Amino acid sequence: MSSSVSITLNQCSRTFTGGNMALKPLDLQVNAGETLVLLGPSGCGKTTTLRIISGLESPDIGGQVLFGERDVTALPIEKRDVGMVFQNYALFPNMSVADNIAYGLKIQRLPRAEIAQRLDDVMRMVDLQGFGERRIDALSGGQKQRVALARAIAVRPKVLLFDEPLAALDAKLRDRLRIEIGQLLRELGTTAVYVTHDQDEAMALGDRIAVMQAGRIAQLGTPQEIYHQPANAFVADFIGAVNCLEVLGTQPDGGLVVHGGALAAAHLQGVSSVYCRPEDIQVVPVGQADVRGKVVQSIFLGQTQRLLVDTGGTTPLQIEAPSRQRWPNGTAIGLRLPAQVLFHPEPAKAAVNAKEVANG
Amino acid sequence: MKSRLRFMMQLGFTLLVCLFMVVPIAMSVMAGLTENYFIGLKSGLTLRWVHEVWQLYSDTIWLSIKLALACLLITILIGVPAAYGLLRSRRRWANAIEELLLLPVAVPGLATALALLLAYGSYREFRGSWLFILVGHVLFTLPFMVRAVLSVMQTAKLPQLEEAAASLGASFWQRFFAVVVPNCMSGILAGALMVVTLSIGEFNITWMLHTPLTKTLPVGLADSYASMRLEIGSAYTLIFLLMVVPLLVAIQWAGRLTEQRR
Repeated sequence: MSSSVSITLNQCSRTFTGGNMALKPLDLQVNAGETLVLLGPSGCGKTTTLRIISGLESPDIGGQVLFGERDVTALPIEKRDVGMVFQNYALFPNMSVADNIAYGLKIQRLPRAEIAQRLDDVMRMVDLQGFGERRIDALSGGQKQRVALARAIAVRPKVLLFDEPLAALDAKLRDRLRIEIGQLLRELGTTAVYVTHDQDEAMALGDRIAVMQAGRIAQLGTPQEIYHQPANAFVADFIGAVNCLEVLGTQPDGGLVVHGGALAAAHLQGVSSVYCRPEDIQVVPVGQADVRGKVVQSIFLGQTQRLLVDTGGTTPLQIEAPSRQRWPNGTAIGLRLPAQVLFHPEPAKAAVNAKEVANG
Repeated sequence: MKSRLRFMMQLGFTLLVCLFMVVPIAMSVMAGLTENYFIGLKSGLTLRWVHEVWQLYSDTIWLSIKLALACLLITILIGVPAAYGLLRSRRRWANAIEELLLLPVAVPGLATALALLLAYGSYREFRGSWLFILVGHVLFTLPFMVRAVLSVMQTAKLPQLEEAAASLGASFWQRFFAVVVPNCMSGILAGALMVVTLSIGEFNITWMLHTPLTKTLPVGLADSYASMRLEIGSAYTLIFLLMVVPLLVAIQWAGRLTEQRR
């Protein structure tokens, strides 16, 4: 395999005709061999970023794209040595499976024997042996995306780019292909950028994740960092479910008064609200609880169930409970929220805000 | 019993309509094959008139075929890139140009021909050659090629396919010939059959533009109706039908092919 390269974006922005700035000036470094996932809701600029890396779009004047040490800003996509997988497969319907996969190799004018060899290799890698002569429209969605994957890796690109490759597939197939893509990326060791709006995909595939919001990177970090130390409320909310408890006041011993009880959280003094994940909240006997409330709804999810607990605040708390126990609506429930699972995405800023409120 | 009666009546009506349309054609064909139309079939069948038409007018038939093929070549060379350009360009422009392209279809052929004569009639060499007629035919048939190709291009998701080809290292021309052209082949085929059929049958423009040395089949046909025996005109029609009917069948077939691809 060709040695992988790093990708560097320097001050890349993108303004579309009409003046809409889809991407604010962006600095981004993807390390050689790393898989970076661009994650965010639609319209956040993730696809634009990918297209700028690919060369399908150019950054505004002043932006710079580097592959390794090489400035590729002025190069069109066909000269950048990238492999790309699209959401809608973009397979050539006028060619067979084998011709699709070999297309890039024929463009490179490789000897026929070498083309046959590589074709064999990649078709084995994506588990498509024996499909070479098939017509594209005789394939299922999952098979089509395997062909697209094979076509992209056959040319041994320096960089692999994925534009929501699994979004058009059904859930079960998506999970399977996600695992296969993950194995393939590790096997190849090629630098990869993967765009998705699916957080599970991002967590499973990304060495690092860039969560994007309104044309900016809201947070860049490992999946663990993004999940457990979200940089702001948007990230906390976008990745997984999160509870936000309003802080009503402070007890003499430093406990934070919230609807339904009080929390001990020495590390979060001065915040106006605290956050915690549903799975971090424990169900305990009411007598030993930090917070008390009533179950208002239980949603059965199979392996677990999600309970909505009204503690008197504006929105009920979401908690995760074992799936076999029944929680009829109206049942009194006690919750424990250990200090180490409570967080605030922007503690410093929040503290300032709280002070301002106190002063005002 | 009642439904059976209704079916018979429907069948009868359908056959009657078919007869109404088919009989004139059949009569015309028969007229070209009988010894003497006024005596009728009793005078016997003959290929004499067909033979005579061939001797008198074979050059018009060859010219029509030559014109149709040249017209086809040019409409493909201009029409496919034009359709591609319209596909890729911004909407406002594209719509205006598409409407302009349709103008020669909407304007009477005689007017188009008159405009051509006014503009280029003074170039004697050009005026007297078959190329002058070719220009008229291209003007008239080009929109049919562009529209057929464009409609297939619009459903073929070409921009995405091109991006994929580009990511694999294909240059613009490699993409154009390996991805764009093969994926709108059914449109080109449909357009081509349309262009050839229209060119072979075109009368209005051609009649204005022709010289005694550049008569096409339809012009010759009008000529023979006016100045020859009825049997010769009919035999001439027969030859025309033999050329055009297979093309019409092929157009139907190509149309079905296009629908399947979608």
